[in-house]
Formats: sequence, C-alpha cells, structure tokens
Amino acid sequence: MSRLQKTLANLKASGKTALIPYITAGDPTPNATLDLMHLLVEKGADVIELGVPFSDPMADGPVIQKAVERALEHNVSLDDVLEFVRVFREKDEKTPIVLMGYLNPVEAMGYEAFANAASSVGVDAVLTVDMPPEESVGYKEALESKGLDRVFLVSPTTPNSRLTAVNEKGSGFVYYVSLKGVTGSKELDIEDVANQVTRLKSTLKHPIGIGFGIRDGHTAFEMAKLGDAVIVGSSLVSLIEANEAKGLYDIHLAIGEKMTEFRGALDRADAKKGQE
Amino acid sequence: MTIDFSKFPDKNGHFGPYGGIFAPETLMAALEQLDQEYESVKNDPDFLSGLADDLRDYVGRPTPLYYAERWSKELGGAKIYLKREDLNHTGAHKVNNTIGQALLAKRLGKTRIIAETGAGQHGVASATVAARLGLECVVYMGADDVVRQAPNVARMRMLGATVVPVESGSRTLKDALNEAMRDWVTNVDNTFYIIGTVAGPHPYPGMVRDFQVVIGEEARAQILEKEGKLPDALIACVGGGSNAIGLFHKFLADESVDIYGVEPAGHGLETGEHAAPLCKGTPGVLHGNRTYLMQDENGQILGTHSISAGLDYPGVGPEHAWLKDIGRVNYVAINDEEALQGFRDLTRFEGIIPALESSHALAYATKLAPTMTSEQTIIVNLSGRGDKDMNTIAQIEGIEF
Repeated sequence: MSRLQKTLANLKASGKTALIPYITAGDPTPNATLDLMHLLVEKGADVIELGVPFSDPMADGPVIQKAVERALEHNVSLDDVLEFVRVFREKDEKTPIVLMGYLNPVEAMGYEAFANAASSVGVDAVLTVDMPPEESVGYKEALESKGLDRVFLVSPTTPNSRLTAVNEKGSGFVYYVSLKGVTGSKELDIEDVANQVTRLKSTLKHPIGIGFGIRDGHTAFEMAKLGDAVIVGSSLVSLIEANEAKGLYDIHLAIGEKMTEFRGALDRADAKKGQE
Repeated sequence: MTIDFSKFPDKNGHFGPYGGIFAPETLMAALEQLDQEYESVKNDPDFLSGLADDLRDYVGRPTPLYYAERWSKELGGAKIYLKREDLNHTGAHKVNNTIGQALLAKRLGKTRIIAETGAGQHGVASATVAARLGLECVVYMGADDVVRQAPNVARMRMLGATVVPVESGSRTLKDALNEAMRDWVTNVDNTFYIIGTVAGPHPYPGMVRDFQVVIGEEARAQILEKEGKLPDALIACVGGGSNAIGLFHKFLADESVDIYGVEPAGHGLETGEHAAPLCKGTPGVLHGNRTYLMQDENGQILGTHSISAGLDYPGVGPEHAWLKDIGRVNYVAINDEEALQGFRDLTRFEGIIPALESSHALAYATKLAPTMTSEQTIIVNLSGRGDKDMNTIAQIEGIEF
C-alpha cells in the first residue's frame, strides 16, 4: 500500500474524512510555497494537492489561472515543483502529496524520467487534468512501476461505462468533479452531488474525493457526509490573491483561518456520522 | 508509398503518435457522443446531400480554379492556379466546416454554439450559420485580435453573435481556445463547440478535415479538366491547418504531386518570434491533442507572433504533424515581410486582394514557381479574402481611410 492509500485507509478506519487543500506551487512566490505547505498540515490537511503551473490551464477558472500566472512570473517549472517536495520531505514524511497539473510539462520531461524523479523526491500521486484513462498507455505504467498513484477525474457527465477504466488505471482515490464547470465556479447542488456519489460508490473501488465549488464550511460539511475526502482549492487560493499586497504573514493568517473552518466542518460531519 | 490516408485517424483519433483525446473528464461524454453522431452521418446519403445543397446554394460552391496568368508570367516558371476559397460566402474556407458542424449541432439538439477565432473568419462563419439556424452564438477572440481584426468583430456582432474578448495569457488564438474550452466544460449540456481548425480532441481533427476535403476534391477535378494532368505542386498556409488539409488530402496518394505547407515565420525563424511549430517546434500535448508545439524546455507554451491573426497559434493539427514525420508534406515558412509582398503582388497583378494568411502561401509560390518550367503547374489555396486586413495593411502602407 502506498502512503496515500494507507493515509486514506487509516482515516476511514477511524471514521474521518480527509481534508485535501490545493495550492499552486510557486504562488505567490517560490519562497512562499514550503511554509504554506507546512501551514496546511498544521491546520488539518491530511493530504496536500500541489498544483504544477502550466501556461494554458484550460480547466481552471480565473482564481487558479491567476495563481498560475503569478507562479509563472517566477518561471516555476516542474523541476522546481519536485524540488519543493524534496525539501518538504525533510520535515514531513507523513503527509501524502498529489501533484495536480496538465500533461504537457510531464510529456516534456518524459513519463519515465518524471516518474523516477517524482518518486525519488517523495511525491505520492499524480492527477493530470487532460489525461483521461484512455490515453494513459505508458503514463500509467511509468507511474505504477515507481509506486505512484494515478488519480483520475470523474464528473457528473461521466457515464458508468467509463468507470471501469478509472478502476483499472487509477489508484489512490478518484477525484469527483462536483459540478460542470471550471475550478472555483458557482454554487454546488448538494442533492445532485449526493445522487451522483451514490451512483459512483456502487461501481468505483477507490475512495472518492469531492472537489470543485466547495468554498465554505457549510458546503464542506455536506460533502464530508458523502465522500471519503473533501478537496478545497480556489477558496484558499483566492485568499493568496486578496492578501498578496499585505504580505506572507497576512496570507498565512487568512489561509489558517479558512483551513480551520474547513477542518471544523469535516470534524463535525465525522462526529455526526459516528453517532448515526 | 502504400499508406491508405483515408484510414486515418484510427478509431481513437490517432494519426501515428499524434492526435488523440486529451480532454478534461467533463467533456469526454460529449466528445464520445459527437464521435458517434458524426460516424453515423458521415456516410448517410441524406446528411451528405443536405450538406451538398447548402454548399452549392448558400456557400456558392464549387469555387473556381483560376489561372493567374499575368502573375505567373511575371514570375516566369510554373503556371499558378488559385483555388478561390476567398469567393465563398463569408470570404474564406471556414464556412465549409461551420455548415457541417452546425448541421450536427442541430441533430444533437443543441441550442447554443460557441467558437474560438483568430482572424475572425471562423467566428464570422460560425455567427453566420448560427443566424441561419436560429442558434445562440458566443465567439471567443483574443483581445489583441479583436483590435487588429475589427471589421470581422463588427460583422459577428451584426450577425447577432456575442464576441467575448479574451484578456488572459497572450491575448490571441490559443487563449481564445482555452476560454472556449472553459465555456464548453460549464455549458456542455446545451452547447456545441464548433472548432474552426483540424485540431482539438478527437473527433474534431478528422471531422473538420472531412468538411474541408471538398476544396481538394473540386481542385483535382478542375485541374484535370483544364490541364489534363495532375498539378506538380500544391501550396497552402498552415496555422491550425484546415485549409491546407482540405486542399492536400485528395492528393496525398499522388506521389508525383509535391506538397508544401507554409507556416508563418513572423519576424524570422531565427528570432524565435514566429508561429511555426512544424518548422521549429517539438511534440507535446495542448488543446486536446498531441502535436508539434512551440514550447520551452519545461513544456510551457510559448507566445507566438505572426502578422496574420489566423496563423498566430503555437500548435498545429495532428495530421500535419504526422504528414511531416512521414515526409509526405514539406513544411516551410514565410516571414511577415515576404507575406506582405505576396499580398501586394496578387493585388496588383491579378486584382485580387488576398487575406494575410493566404498571402503566406502566395509568397511561397513566388519562390517556387521560378524554379519550375512553364509546362508545370502549381495550385495555391487562396483560402480567404483580404477585406478583414484593410486596417493592418493601410497602417503599414500609410493609407488613410
């Protein structure tokens, strides 16, 4: 079992929902990333999703587009992101890290070279937005041979016929995109997510993380009742943008506060599930 | 050569190592549905005859194959024929494709169409078919292109389309594509995305090609009638590459025909300020397909430059990537200055004002024709007319409106 699989299994065994925050590596500056990662853990993150900047983030909304632009102003590359993870691991060997990004930087490095480098620095899993299971020949094998989990997306439009491939090629968890849209868009329809997750649970063998559009404790609470993990991105990243001018101290305060809100919501949901 | 070019792409959309479906999960079902729908109609006589009627009565096909006699003699060498796609309704080859995709949108019950556009020709062609079929139309266009192709922006708005200037990234065609993809992900239930070139996730590259193949089908019959033999060379400009593949495809199996795809060299291939991924790029994945891209060593997509908005794109259709690798098509480049000279030459020698995109193909003909004999022939795809470029040209030439 991989570190990610073990972490999620242990949480499940103790009746806990995993909190998975996302930040873009290098946002707002490369110097800020390591401290932010440790802060996320301190404030209750069970897994960290670390965004790899790409020039053309076509599935992301304005908040993450801008984060990526801030990182790319400092030319943050996939190599740099791997270096962040290496240094992070000097202090934290426990928290699994999922790299999230687009395929081209990985293609440019080469699947095998990437898998070697990622596993050697302590990356646990990779989520590539524009890599559906159908195209993952070579990619899946390269990651698998190095013990890296492959997180695939499933959306409200995914037919049951496609879930088999996700079961076969994926591992770690499945990322359920809880709405039709880009990251950070509109309000979630909680009832719709509930119906969908019920449908998915009957077929998917991996844990289910729910993300996209979870911006407050209330929504996180409702999602924690449904999924094994709750993923929050744009709501945190928007705080980096809002506090960028004030400096890193204010960014930490704002993100810490928001993480506390999410962690509290998940804990309440878990306590409630425990009573039922 | 024993390749059966009609067998590509394969059922998963691959042209050798290129093409494929590298799309966000939310779009996968819609792409599958489009693939199935297109497969079911592409050999259906009713669909094809409806399409043929529209191309004849609405678009004005067949377009002429015109012998540019004065210009050919001036250059001295091969006889140059122009495939007059500029005479299509809306002024370019783009409408061949939008007519076809709009019919599919209607069959799939979609009420809203979106499109990306660079020069605005595809946007105009999309807005046009949307008006005709009573569909809502939203066109994404890089903010810089909105300025340099202002006449087409006005046309789209008159036709009832909403033109959304895209301020992100490099504010050109690639960013318009990103934004159109984001719209599609959000509104996939009621929205049909009309991609304007032979790129994007499967089934677009093959489908758009099929809608453009009429160019080469007509040109082949026309040159055989006029000359009694196949042409010696074909030339077309390549941005995404839809007009080029449209002209080339029916000649790919004719080994005697030399084929040239002309990329924009912008300020010069050596300057890095160009949009010529086949000449200077490397393979990668962008906008749903694997193809040649302009990218840095970290896989970040580079900004591009071309005087022509329609060619100002860091990628290219995957079939072109494959045709380059197997050596069937020669990909060459023409810079801004040479393209402008091509523009001036055709205007002054033939009384035809070409689009700046097509001017790249014309400029290459001025290099190639003199190396050939007067018995030989070249077909140049005159993919669009230059009305939309009046602002750009007037500025350069110091002409006041």
